[in-house]
Amino acid sequence: MILTHVLPLATAGFTLALALNTWRLLRGPTLPDRILALDTMSVNALALLVLVGLRIGSQHYFEVALLIALLGFVGTVVLSKFILRGDIVE
Amino acid sequence: MSANLPFWTDLIVSTLIVLGTGFALIGSWGLARLSTFLKRVHGPTKTVTLGIGCVLVASALAFARQGELSGHELLITLFLFLTTPVSAHLLIQAALKLDPASGPPPPPSR
Repeated sequence: MILTHVLPLATAGFTLALALNTWRLLRGPTLPDRILALDTMSVNALALLVLVGLRIGSQHYFEVALLIALLGFVGTVVLSKFILRGDIVE
Repeated sequence: MSANLPFWTDLIVSTLIVLGTGFALIGSWGLARLSTFLKRVHGPTKTVTLGIGCVLVASALAFARQGELSGHELLITLFLFLTTPVSAHLLIQAALKLDPASGPPPPPSR
């Protein structure tokens, strides 16, 4: 009963967090800033998916969330390695 | 689905979700507001991860209460808590390589 009132609030909060991350992604003075903003955006999108799963009562969204977590981590590592070494495949 | 949860489970799940949303908002606000990269990296790596952990644990509780517990939420939580320090470490290394002067001063020699 409380949950039905809390879920829209939480969705609005995570959307605001995504907007803040987008601002940093567009503005970010250095390259690591943009990578960090992208990583945070993937994590916040994952939370939005979990909230959608709670709202609908379906568990199928968790596999999508797991994939987003995996791809976000791999993307961050690959971009950081590219800055560090200037090459991805060594 | 939230209509058929018992009162206490409903209360705990809602509290965890509100806490998690607050942590994620504070972390993203820190990412947007702080002045240098080495300060900004604190927000997402610690605060946002804690917020996502709260939301995932709340979701796991809600589904476990209905007898549909799957390991997915706990798996995502474990994965995020393991990988965030690694990616933050690599990002800080990259930032220090791009701008070595932004790092902390060297320790005083005696």
